[in-house]
Amino acid sequence: MTAVSERQQLQYIAGQAADARVNVELETEGMTLNLGPQHPATHGTLRIIVRLDGEQVVSADPVMGYMHRGYEKLVEVRTYPQVTTLINRIDWLSSFCNEVPFILAAEKLMDVEAPPRAQWIRTILFELGRVSNIGLFLGEMGLQLGAMTAAFYAFRDREFVLNQIEAVTGGRFHPNFDRIGGLKDDLPKGWIDETKRVMKRMREFCVEMEDLLVGNEIFQARMRGIGVIPAEVGLSYGLSGANIRASGVDWDIRRDSKLSPLPYDQLDWHVWTHPDGDSFARYWVRLQETVEATKIVDQLLDGLPSGPIMAKVPRIIKVPEGEAYVETENPLGAMGYYIVSKGDLGPFRVKIRSASFNNVSITPWVLRGVYVPDVITILASLYFILGDIDR
Amino acid sequence: MSSADTETTETAPEPTDDLRAGVLAAFESELGDAVVASHLKPNDDLWIRVSAVAWHTTAELAKHKFGFSWFDYLSAIDWMPSPFGRYEDAEVDTPLAEKLNQPYDLETGVAGGDTRFQLLARVVDVRNRHVGVHLKSDVPDDTMTMPTWTKVYAGADWHERETWEMYGITFEGHPELRHLYLPTEFEGFPLRKDYPLLPRVVKPWPGIVDVEPMPGEEPGEDEETEAEGEA
Repeated sequence: MTAVSERQQLQYIAGQAADARVNVELETEGMTLNLGPQHPATHGTLRIIVRLDGEQVVSADPVMGYMHRGYEKLVEVRTYPQVTTLINRIDWLSSFCNEVPFILAAEKLMDVEAPPRAQWIRTILFELGRVSNIGLFLGEMGLQLGAMTAAFYAFRDREFVLNQIEAVTGGRFHPNFDRIGGLKDDLPKGWIDETKRVMKRMREFCVEMEDLLVGNEIFQARMRGIGVIPAEVGLSYGLSGANIRASGVDWDIRRDSKLSPLPYDQLDWHVWTHPDGDSFARYWVRLQETVEATKIVDQLLDGLPSGPIMAKVPRIIKVPEGEAYVETENPLGAMGYYIVSKGDLGPFRVKIRSASFNNVSITPWVLRGVYVPDVITILASLYFILGDIDR
Repeated sequence: MSSADTETTETAPEPTDDLRAGVLAAFESELGDAVVASHLKPNDDLWIRVSAVAWHTTAELAKHKFGFSWFDYLSAIDWMPSPFGRYEDAEVDTPLAEKLNQPYDLETGVAGGDTRFQLLARVVDVRNRHVGVHLKSDVPDDTMTMPTWTKVYAGADWHERETWEMYGITFEGHPELRHLYLPTEFEGFPLRKDYPLLPRVVKPWPGIVDVEPMPGEEPGEDEETEAEGEA
């Protein structure tokens, strides 16, 4: 077993050394370009070893692990309420969304259901996380292509959403607000009206982005036809979220999962798809998704049921023996937790299925044959967050 | 939660789930004896445990015949109870080796299991039925080798690399089994239960030690009151 793998590793090292030698001697046969681990284009510490032939990528090999924190091991020594603190740090731009599938899975094992008001507020915060996360992407995509302005607009307007999240949870980035059986607190006074104003503002922000970027000729030239992912390839790599909807697969867990207790089925909203599968399609789908999310929040605020926000759960939480998997449509794609419980205070095993891990695993395929500047476009349009890859 | 046998798929009178029962029946008719066990939770989830030999065939069937085109994830479970417990009684002086070689009872979960390691994967039909299925398979203890899925689901590549480095399960036919997260020279398989979480071994977890009982509560033998559950 190890003999084979060691041989493979040695081969790999030898291959890299050979490439390096080629580099030094300045032969024209090929070149290895090391993107990252510290590179502005990689949103964190993702390192990609790109082998080039002239301006074209021959092969791309992402190297992860610079931020691997071993959550799957760490949660095994934590109690269920302690786990949410950790998993907040997976996708740090929409932390609340990380908590929801875990809590839902634990609730499923415990056979507890949060009261309707809690589910609705959960969904509101979930969608606010989406707006703040993807709103940033909408501007940052421009930044990757050299348009600074859009990114500043995105950071400016995201702040309003973060303020709303902070007003409820007390945390801008890591709320740790979801509890087994409900939520920590109810909404503060005056929050609903203010959130509606913010949602209106975010819709205006989306229009602004559309005016600034989508219609821009350079933007289109850099995005259209770049990094095309056919639906079948995307599916077999496990792409999810906007990445797979941009390839024409009409699938959204929020709408299609009949199991979720979150009240998406009571709302009027639309799942947007795009047939092209290129970087532009991914941007466009995310833009529509943000607009839809603001509409979802508006409807949720209008129909918010009254009642308690916490179900009756024991103070010391012991989850009965069993296995459960819950997956939700997070801003970055499908995120799920497979919990194995042995009836203890903490989980026996938690498999964290994070969206970016699968989304980035397609990069060796999709980067093959593209030009160097398009590497940045494609990586940015796949939209990953390092914590979501490395966990 | 007990695992149902192959034939008896939850004949409880309450909920029936034709959709998942149909999926299960389809797998059973195609794979025959290779379906070792299964568990159907009506309107919730479906687990099918197949034999190690049929692991690759199962993937092919699932993708090409039954339309489970979306690869969700692949991972493994180590069913050995942790020799260190939950590190609550971390005694600095107890040698690790002493804890490690204790005999244990193998207690597996949904759809059963006979070996210490079990592969776990999920594939989903996203186009028509919007239904997912969990596939499990026991990893042979002696060889620790399983067939690869990479030829069927391209996305299994990284998942198998992760499973290999975390559990030491080799995937036969995988193009390049090398470390994904860990440094190349890393030794050991961190997600195995007998791989100690060293920070917890060398120093007792303060959350356990200095917790005080809530007012009006007996400081009983159950010390884990730091569970911040709120009634």
